[in-house]
Amino acid sequence: MIGIINYKAGNSHSVKNACEKIGVECKYVGGPDDFDGVSAIVLPGVGSAKATLDSLDEIGVLPRLEELVLRRRVPFLGICVGLQILFEHSEEDDADCLGWIKGNVVKFDEKNVRVPQIGWNRLVRKRRDPFLAGLGESAYFYFVNSYYAKPADESDLLAVADYDGEFCAMIRRGNIYASQCHIEKSGPVGLTVLKNFCEGGNG
Amino acid sequence: MLANRLIACFDVIGGMVTKASQFQNNIDIEPAVDAARRIYEQQIDELIFYDVTASAEKRPIDLNLVEAVGKEVFVPYTVGGGIRGLTDMYNVLKSGAEKISVDSMAVRNPQIIAQGAKEFGSQCVVLSMQVKRVAKSASIPSGYEIAIDGARVFTGMDALEWAARGADLGAGEIVVNSIDNDGTHHGYDLDVTGLIADNVRIPVVASGGAGKPEHLYDVFTRTQASAGIISSMLYSPRLERNFTVEEIKEYLRRRGVAVRPFIGR
Repeated sequence: MIGIINYKAGNSHSVKNACEKIGVECKYVGGPDDFDGVSAIVLPGVGSAKATLDSLDEIGVLPRLEELVLRRRVPFLGICVGLQILFEHSEEDDADCLGWIKGNVVKFDEKNVRVPQIGWNRLVRKRRDPFLAGLGESAYFYFVNSYYAKPADESDLLAVADYDGEFCAMIRRGNIYASQCHIEKSGPVGLTVLKNFCEGGNG
Repeated sequence: MLANRLIACFDVIGGMVTKASQFQNNIDIEPAVDAARRIYEQQIDELIFYDVTASAEKRPIDLNLVEAVGKEVFVPYTVGGGIRGLTDMYNVLKSGAEKISVDSMAVRNPQIIAQGAKEFGSQCVVLSMQVKRVAKSASIPSGYEIAIDGARVFTGMDALEWAARGADLGAGEIVVNSIDNDGTHHGYDLDVTGLIADNVRIPVVASGGAGKPEHLYDVFTRTQASAGIISSMLYSPRLERNFTVEEIKEYLRRRGVAVRPFIGR
């Protein structure tokens, strides 16, 4: 059973629709007592890192998330700002983040590119991983972001895309996966990645 | 870098997709949910639904429809029409849409752009504007005036100034719909699209007038637009020939325009 963290600023609805489309059992997690039966966790995200962290704090799931993900190694997938808050710090509102992954989050340079980045960008794989199985040669994913993460440890990088140079599109560190792009809104390739995660998480 | 986006646009009345010409003479095409599924399966990059009578009928947007579309469509979609404030925006987003389009309401109350951006993020707030070519004047230096309420009411506002203000207030994207070209199928107004795209730093979406793939080629090669809205050419019986998303993308790809590739079955 996939647990989708359901909080004020998230787009949990879209992730739930996507899980249902690929035939994966899922439920909303709206508080610390809702994790029963959950074998993998998805944290959807839209909006700012600070608003997201405040919102997660408000529903009281953070201590339980840390226990499940960091100590019990439950598979975890963060999407968009759900990737950004895993890092140590975000330039957006000067926010201290969770620090599960070393590195920080910075803004695209408005002098060079339109910000936010909105649209389909080509994913370039940095290493082989079952998470990215079945995508074919040229897979485009949907991105909406003004900020991007800079992992301190290059080996955390799974894939990048190009917007004013390479930026972090997906990461993996052990049981922690995260995607800057909205895999729930990236058409068939996005659903493939979600399925890869869910099957890994339930397997 | 980003692919140029194709956005399918649907005007919806009572759950049915309709097609008007220059804001008049609507004819019904098909149920909106069916249209959404069909065009999604054609691999459109994005969709926009306008609940076109919500505003005039002073009723909130049809959330059941927003929700039903969300179960069929796994690319981003925007909803507009009848948005009165933050509560409506929240409801639309929670029903499964990614973005909210504001138009006449934003002209009446520009702060809604800032409030929406603050509450939900800029990426959720699309400023749609109806622009009409007029004589250049001191008050309308760009030669394009903003109209509201189904392009019936002229505001005296300059289109470029409004676009810049919208971007400053926190809009994440701007849709520039040409009233003159809307429904003509003769191509986008490249002048106003280019003018606005050159002068704001957020993505600009061209709208109004697309009738064949060539028009998308023109807008992507001759302006800095990030996306083009298409509707009639996809499904209107008023056009001699409709095109599939695949046909349009293939046309663009062959001519060197970056698009999200069509994935063969």
